[in-house]
Amino acid sequence: MSDILIARSLFGTTMAFHIIFATIGVGLPLMILAAELLYQKTKDQDYVVMAKRWTKAFAVLLGVGIPTGTIAGTQLSLLWPGFMEVIGRVMPLPFQIEIYAFFIEALFMSIYVYAAERIAPWMRIVSLVLVAIGALSSAVLITNVHAFQGTPAGFRYEDGKFLDIDPWAAFFNPSFFVTAGHVALSAYVVGAFVVASVASFKMMKNKIGSRVYLFHQKALVLSLVVGGIFAFLTALNGHESAQYLHKYQPEKLAAAEGLFETQSHAPLAIGGFTDPKTKEIKGAIEIPWALSFLAGNSFDTVVVGLNDYPEELWPPLFIHTLFNGMVFIGSALIMVPLLVFAWRKFLKKSHYPRLMLWGLVTTGPLAVIAIECGWIFACTGRQPWVIYHILSTAESATTATNLGPLFISFIVVYIILGLSVVFVLLYFFRKNTELDDIERAEKKSTPLFSSNS
Amino acid sequence: MADALIAITVLWGFVFIYAVMATMDFGAGFWSMVYINREKTKATNIANRYLSPTWEVTNTFIVALVVAVYSLFPSAANILGTILLIPGSLILLLLALRSAFLVFSNIATEYKKPLTYISGIAGIIIPGLLISVLPITHGHYVDIVNGNANLNLSKLFTSPNEYAFIGFAITSTLFLSSLLLADYSKASNEMEAYRVYLRDGKILGPISLIMALLIMLTLKSEVGWLYTKMMEDLPLLLISVGFFLIIGYGLYASNPFQKGVRGMPRLAVIAVTIQYLIASYVYGKAHLPYIIYPNVTIESAFTDPNSFKAVFITYIVGFAILFPGFIYFWSLFMNDKRYLRQKGN
Repeated sequence: MSDILIARSLFGTTMAFHIIFATIGVGLPLMILAAELLYQKTKDQDYVVMAKRWTKAFAVLLGVGIPTGTIAGTQLSLLWPGFMEVIGRVMPLPFQIEIYAFFIEALFMSIYVYAAERIAPWMRIVSLVLVAIGALSSAVLITNVHAFQGTPAGFRYEDGKFLDIDPWAAFFNPSFFVTAGHVALSAYVVGAFVVASVASFKMMKNKIGSRVYLFHQKALVLSLVVGGIFAFLTALNGHESAQYLHKYQPEKLAAAEGLFETQSHAPLAIGGFTDPKTKEIKGAIEIPWALSFLAGNSFDTVVVGLNDYPEELWPPLFIHTLFNGMVFIGSALIMVPLLVFAWRKFLKKSHYPRLMLWGLVTTGPLAVIAIECGWIFACTGRQPWVIYHILSTAESATTATNLGPLFISFIVVYIILGLSVVFVLLYFFRKNTELDDIERAEKKSTPLFSSNS
Repeated sequence: MADALIAITVLWGFVFIYAVMATMDFGAGFWSMVYINREKTKATNIANRYLSPTWEVTNTFIVALVVAVYSLFPSAANILGTILLIPGSLILLLLALRSAFLVFSNIATEYKKPLTYISGIAGIIIPGLLISVLPITHGHYVDIVNGNANLNLSKLFTSPNEYAFIGFAITSTLFLSSLLLADYSKASNEMEAYRVYLRDGKILGPISLIMALLIMLTLKSEVGWLYTKMMEDLPLLLISVGFFLIIGYGLYASNPFQKGVRGMPRLAVIAVTIQYLIASYVYGKAHLPYIIYPNVTIESAFTDPNSFKAVFITYIVGFAILFPGFIYFWSLFMNDKRYLRQKGN
């Protein structure tokens, strides 16, 4: 592998590992908040128990999410010093403001967990709201840098120099709201379906109608409602994201759709593989005219094809598959809650068949796969640029060589962390069963949140 | 000039705050490992009671520091990023293991010991690597090959000056954290733990001082320009050393407010913070105008003025908003007797 490819693989591995924890870290606080609010409304202890258990899981995941986030933030400077010099000069605000969001999350997370029994219930809700806001803002702000990479703004670029810098114009670059919105909404989808996965798995493992079964059924219903709503909103926003690509990064949309010829009434290709030699897409289902309509709300919209660009500026063509994977899973996650709802309300079935529960178990992992596809699509689809049409990835990379041993060390550490986080979660929840926590919640005298064993 | 000076002061402020918080953080992790088999003294419990709610906040400061470097001095960040690839990556790897296993050790109680050992040992190495950034910025370990900066690792790791810095970082970590934990255990009414940490502070204070003198000694022969400029502020350095008397008084004198209790750890904590503040001021001032000697100065690396203005405003607004949060946090975990004097964990 060339040095640049190792640098990209190393940073990509860091991000791929980090976003699992980061995304769940944004999504879970909303679920915890929903459970706390439901408790205030219904006074059903089960919701407090849910909040407690999800908080514990959240705290464990933060144990990996925070250090890997620190790695990602610092590795940007270590591997892409040229890129961060430009970001520091032109686009420093998102990282800067993200620090404050990060502080708010860290301060109030500790308060929510370690001071839970000493503060008033309303203060607990306030702390949790601040944790959720902090987590959401971090995601939105970091994604803003990614948005800037695709739609740079706030400067004039002449002879390799950045002139007339306006950091706020860079901050509010054209795709900020759409891109950041997509990441925020999809994080809530992931948080909800991860909960749905666990809940449905536990329902399979417990006797129908038992105390634990009913507990998880409540969690499942809550997660499907939240997940369904946000999956739908993510799709609406995703449509707008695609229109932004059409407007601002046409070659990325062309590669995502495997479109070579610039044309109006362009077809939408679903599935299949793009062949760079014959310059066509193979094995895809083509829906005539649909792409033009999606890109510009009219069949007459001219969609730019890859042939308009020299081949060395093409994004890698495999992003078509990633794009399809993301859209396919996203659509499925809208359908799942609707199907479950129809099953319960229209068919009046009171139990969940095993096959349905198995299907529900897959939704969490699928949601995670969808965001992985989405991020890899978004970042490799921008290649060969690190800042679109301004700075190439190769120019911004570190001049250091022999990155191989570093790459291996980071992979080893990620494997250790990944395995141990799973082990710790399983260990903790096996030792602290739902029944233990329900009992603790009923006996007001024993602390619930700070209980450990 | 004025703007670049403000910027480097902000950066220096972050370095100092993080240095103090990190020494307490990594030190507490190490002590919680050392005393894990002496359950009766509660020394480990005290360390964990301090660490559990604070480590995330401390960790945020290192991110704040990295962000401050690239948003205030972007071209310095470019060169620093290039030369710090290896040491920086090592720090990140250790930090990841340390933070994760710190959290895990509090959750998987049955495996507390091995997990605490991993996080404690990883944690105590980190300050030694972090401080190495300072000697690296002194410049003489950086080679320029084909116009690219390159860190000469073998030269770095054969230099006595580097080892003086590493030794100073590790002993200071243990020294400052033992003082803080002495204060913390006294506030928690855990007198056995208090005596343990007080004793550790008494041992480590003089060792840290020797390490600081070793840094000066090796600087003199290896980094003449810095040594000369630091000695221009000799009176301040002497005042800093003089604070040892106050720290010693805080450790040895009998407490005028509590009968039969030896030591005033709060006084020692405040004195040691001022001591390090003065010393780091002298070091930082002598280091100017260079960020990396001799090619990168605060002037040459300074960011765009518009960006600086915007960033500076967010600093003011951001910390104004955060300040009440920090106070509330402090009152819940450093000053609330219900938290400090809890039974068991």
